[in-house]
Amino acid sequence: MDFISILSIFVLACFVGYYVVWSVTPALHTPLMAVTNAISSVIIVGALIAAAEAGSPAAKWLGLLGVVLASVNIFGGFAVTERMLAMYKKKEKK
Amino acid sequence: MGSLFSNHSTQALAGVQLRQLRFWIPAFAGMTVLTATPAHAATGEAVNPWVALAYLVAGVFFILALRGLSSPATSRTGNRYGMIGMAIAVVTTLATHFPGSNPCDELVASGGTGLCTDVFMPDWASFAEIVVAIAIGAVIGLTIARRIAMTSMPELVAAFHSLVGLAAVLVAAAAFLNPGAFGILDAAGSIAPVSRVEMILGAAIGAITFSGSVIAFAKLSGRMSGSPILLPARHIINLGTLAAIIVLTAIYAMQPIAGPAEGMLFWIVLALAFVIGFLLIIPIGGADMPVVVSMLNSYSGWAAAAMGFTLGNSAMIITGALVGSSGAILSYIMCRAMNRSFISVIAGGFGADDSAASGAADGGEQRPYKQGSADDAAFMLEQAEKVIIIPGYGMAVAQAQHALREMGDILKEKGVEVKYAIHPVAGRMPGHMNVLLAEANVPYDEVFELEDINSEFAQADVAFIIGANDVVNPAAKTDKSSPIYGMPVFDVDKAKQVFFIKRSMGGVGYSGVDNDVFYMDQTMMLLSDAKKMVEEIVKALD
Repeated sequence: MDFISILSIFVLACFVGYYVVWSVTPALHTPLMAVTNAISSVIIVGALIAAAEAGSPAAKWLGLLGVVLASVNIFGGFAVTERMLAMYKKKEKK
Repeated sequence: MGSLFSNHSTQALAGVQLRQLRFWIPAFAGMTVLTATPAHAATGEAVNPWVALAYLVAGVFFILALRGLSSPATSRTGNRYGMIGMAIAVVTTLATHFPGSNPCDELVASGGTGLCTDVFMPDWASFAEIVVAIAIGAVIGLTIARRIAMTSMPELVAAFHSLVGLAAVLVAAAAFLNPGAFGILDAAGSIAPVSRVEMILGAAIGAITFSGSVIAFAKLSGRMSGSPILLPARHIINLGTLAAIIVLTAIYAMQPIAGPAEGMLFWIVLALAFVIGFLLIIPIGGADMPVVVSMLNSYSGWAAAAMGFTLGNSAMIITGALVGSSGAILSYIMCRAMNRSFISVIAGGFGADDSAASGAADGGEQRPYKQGSADDAAFMLEQAEKVIIIPGYGMAVAQAQHALREMGDILKEKGVEVKYAIHPVAGRMPGHMNVLLAEANVPYDEVFELEDINSEFAQADVAFIIGANDVVNPAAKTDKSSPIYGMPVFDVDKAKQVFFIKRSMGGVGYSGVDNDVFYMDQTMMLLSDAKKMVEEIVKALD
């Protein structure tokens, strides 16, 4: 992709982010942070690419370490979000 | 030199598709004679429309994940969307970047011509390493997620931010060491200027996120004093470091210097970024940590976005933009809730004069106030028609949330209307108090935000303040000289009765200012540990 198409995606995504995040209820701001944490670990894509290439051993090991760190975040982030969201309950009707 | 294809881009495209085909259909093998220019055909993976589409779908799932959080009812579905998006991104990357090599690609890359076996040789050992790396991360991540106490969420989030930051640094460093793998080489075989800027930005923001989050983690978890550490001339040092980073980045991007000097520039910028992350957070006091955690959340997003630019990966760019705006908005909300400008938070030093302020409050202790017992409180709570409970972080510290919920339940059984009112800065991070109450089984439809409930205090019989202080201080509305002036607060003075649970009269809130609510006619101070006091009230109610 050329730079301008990438930039277009980025700018539009910023606007989407702005409106989507304002629509998040304040009660869920902590889960919001946990889940944004998990999804920002999509950086694992870069780490996987580095880890798969044999070209430079140093780059490969940095990539593998990046994979470990990012997956701690992915699994930990989604799991802790799930745990928190499971606690939000409506009033029980007795 | 002869070329199989008429122009550069189709050649790249065809090379990629051929490679995919080889991966999926191993039978597609044979001897091929390649006479091609070394055009890094194997590096432009994102050009394949299906792969790009898969990443785009992953990005859309991430948007849906955040959209789901607009209500607790849809939030869990949202979280699942996030997981699906992540799975798509990871599987797509693993499939298109399967470790291994093709002898023909290597021949092309080395610029040679001749006979080669055109079949992809998967490197299963490397693949196993990657799977093991993911598994290690999964075990650590899931263990932490299961064990962490909800009161420790801010630390956990700070720690997770530091991991994203470090991962971004590692990816950028790997891209720097092996640019060919990331497809960021230009025709001359050096890293393209735009990619240089993106890469170094990703590395620098990642480094700032990392060192900043480590400090935030240390401060939040009490491993480091929460009070601000003020270096002399810190603004000059910070601005100087920042300027150095910008100048060096510009030099690195504009003038490709061949050889080791160029590598040095990259590492120097990285080191400076680590230092500035550290310097930026050190002077910020404990009370401002909600802003810092949100801000670092934002940074981790921008780091991911910068790396997304480097890789031309839409999933990373969309995610980065989402997370970046999310963190920025949360910082804004936190700043607004404290009536502090973002700049003044970053400049740091808030709470530095704690000792002086509490000294002043000692003088105020002479003012008369009414003290009550748990029995008095229980009696009046029973008589009330409407009770609004205002929990603050002190409640969480005392672990009083379960006892509080029990008290609320008993009152509800007795026909009292019970509501919880939460200030945006009630916890140590945005929304923290809501999670703590949810954990104590308080239904979320009984929990209200400041602006939604503030008008109801006039009809409330009791405002029950537990572990909060600054957020009910009327000085924020009236006293222009107060450090918290302008901060939105609860109008507890409008309630018929105010119960204020506080450990002792001596301590003051984070801002270190005295609170007129203590001395109002309708206020009854309940001086005790929050948990003990609530438990006693519960006993008295039975």
